[in-house]
Amino acid sequence: MFSFLTSTVGKKYLMGLSGLIWTGFVFAHMAGNMLMFVSPDAYNIYGHNLVTGKLIYFVEGLLILALITHVVLAINLTLENRKARPSRYAMLGSKEKGSRWASRTMAIHGTIILIFIISHLITFKFGTYYETTVDGVVMRDLFRLMIEIFTQPVYLVWYFISLILLGFHLSHGVGSVFQSFGLLHPAYQPMIKTVSWVYAIVVVLGFLSQPIAVFLFHNNGGQA
Amino acid sequence: MADKLINVKLKVWRQKGPKDQGSFKEYDAKNVSTSESFLEMLDQVNENLITKGEDPIVFDHDCREGICGSCGFMINGDAHGPQKSTTVCQLHMRAFKDGDVLVLEPWRASAFPIVKDLMVDRSALDRVISSGGYISTNAGGARDANSILIPKQDADEAMASATCIGCGACVASCKNASAALFTSAKISHMALLPQGQVERERRALLMVEQMDEEGFGACSSTGACSASCPKDISLTNIARMNREFLKASINKKPESSDSGGM
Repeated sequence: MFSFLTSTVGKKYLMGLSGLIWTGFVFAHMAGNMLMFVSPDAYNIYGHNLVTGKLIYFVEGLLILALITHVVLAINLTLENRKARPSRYAMLGSKEKGSRWASRTMAIHGTIILIFIISHLITFKFGTYYETTVDGVVMRDLFRLMIEIFTQPVYLVWYFISLILLGFHLSHGVGSVFQSFGLLHPAYQPMIKTVSWVYAIVVVLGFLSQPIAVFLFHNNGGQA
Repeated sequence: MADKLINVKLKVWRQKGPKDQGSFKEYDAKNVSTSESFLEMLDQVNENLITKGEDPIVFDHDCREGICGSCGFMINGDAHGPQKSTTVCQLHMRAFKDGDVLVLEPWRASAFPIVKDLMVDRSALDRVISSGGYISTNAGGARDANSILIPKQDADEAMASATCIGCGACVASCKNASAALFTSAKISHMALLPQGQVERERRALLMVEQMDEEGFGACSSTGACSASCPKDISLTNIARMNREFLKASINKKPESSDSGGM
């Protein structure tokens, strides 16, 4: 099994698997955050239940493991791939159009997304701790923090850029995981392409709808 | 089609040997018939160079019918030139316009060291083949060709994979110089046929291992290989290779100590 995991093919299986874990996570994260449209309390209760539940340790552990695997392999593969092809051509050919931009630049948006994940954790998970009381339970007022952050234009620009890049990353990742796993077949290749794009667009639009709503309806200096 | 004469400017990668730095040099190809193949145009340029006492441009070629896989270099960043499903020997000058500037470069990959000018050493692909691209067969009198039944669809699919001529365009156009399309076409070709079953799993393991050992990169599924393949080898071959490799890795049996061959 060791020789499987150190082969270029095996590494791609691991890349796909760790990527899929995060693919599932971003959707759940986006969907859960949609509770902000219900009410600030619903949003805060959701957050409170997430961090006080037992499942969180398992999920966080899995996500951290998957992220480390994904990043370490990405660095390793990128370096090996550059070694395999050290010099570029003088001209970019028209046949390059047969390959999509997102697929050729995974390492670049991947790096930006990693920086985003870290900064996102610093801003939110380890950010200012406001408190609120809902039905007699004291909990973190994440809603207030979110409003505060999403009303900062600089943060919004960074958020938009990162999320759109995440969309491209997902559009290629979700599509090509089928290829890496050996599941590509002409019969359902067009469907896989559509699914990966629809998935990427749903996740990105879902996430972007939240700061847009905040910007439109709460843009009065953080007063929710 | 009426025969037309055009002039093109060539910027050719000249490199004396594997260790030489190499650089682009410009040449004029004058009065080129549009009915000429690209290689015939280069022959013409070379004859002029030889007459002038200069070193001719070295490029690989053999059958010039698009089936041997010897020829191939980059024209303006495209493996085998701008035309789809065409080897450079089958590319004709009618694909270009008068006054075009054409940049000719050899395949670039660590696994393909440059021999001279546009010629590279592709024996890495041969080593991938010899690692597992063969089948066991009975010695003795030839059996009737139809004694083994093969479903039409399998035969068609195997044939589509077998059309790979090993020219190396997939490696050349891949940003990772990955040989996944080539190796997977060879693995697929034999995995799809009854004759290939004896070594099926061993083959997947050995050929992928050799492919990695030769210093080819990993597959990023960009699809650039298939887009530039003169034989339109499909990306589904790579999926099949990954599948075969996973299956073979799971089923891997320990090598027996008294093994004599297979």
